[in-house]
Amino acid sequence: MGKFYVEDKNKIKKVEAKKETIDFLLNYSKSLKIDKINGVAYESNLN
Amino acid sequence: MELQIADSLLIQNYINGDERALETLIRRHNQRLSSFIYSKVNDREITEDIFQDTFIKVIRTLKKGRYNEEGKFLPWVMRIAHNLIIDHFRKNRRLPYFEGSNTFDIFSIIHDEKLNIEKQLIKEQIDEDLVLLIEELPKDQRDVLVMRMYKDMSFKEISENTGVSINTALGRMRYALINLRKIIEDNNIVLTN
Repeated sequence: MGKFYVEDKNKIKKVEAKKETIDFLLNYSKSLKIDKINGVAYESNLN
Repeated sequence: MELQIADSLLIQNYINGDERALETLIRRHNQRLSSFIYSKVNDREITEDIFQDTFIKVIRTLKKGRYNEEGKFLPWVMRIAHNLIIDHFRKNRRLPYFEGSNTFDIFSIIHDEKLNIEKQLIKEQIDEDLVLLIEELPKDQRDVLVMRMYKDMSFKEISENTGVSINTALGRMRYALINLRKIIEDNNIVLTN
């Protein structure tokens, strides 16, 4: 598992997720509703 | 100096319904997480997909109240991303893609086991010719050969079926083959595929 990670951090190219991706996640979060009924979590998406 | 709200507090605020806390968390760890994913997959689009799937898992876990504060937020998120990266590579390994080149022909290592149409026609012709040749054999030899080769019977079964001993059945089979070869040689017949 250790070999899976890059040892030299300077070699890692810095990238960022796009604004659209972040907006999608924020909208997803706002629309996601979780209700717990008798200990069972029910998901619903209000979009 | 700007004060930074701790991740744990932001998580608590988010669980309590403050959606802006999630935005702060995503923006705070965006570069670190995206760069980590990109360093493994080396593709911007895949990085974007895995980043998105990671936070979808984060959002669902937090909203379901299943997150425990034992570990730190970022290592937990990185672990989710790491598992999704492994899933991505596993999925791709199941669908290998090969392409030939000028120096490498993919069909040199993979074969279609079925006969091509030409070989299939030749095989059918040989089978038909063989049936005609077998017809030329004496009846006792022909019966043994047909039962053995076409009906897949054992010599014990042939012996019981024809009322002769196993040795006699074996002898008839031997002579059937000798005579078949003789007929083929005498008539200059070529049976080959």
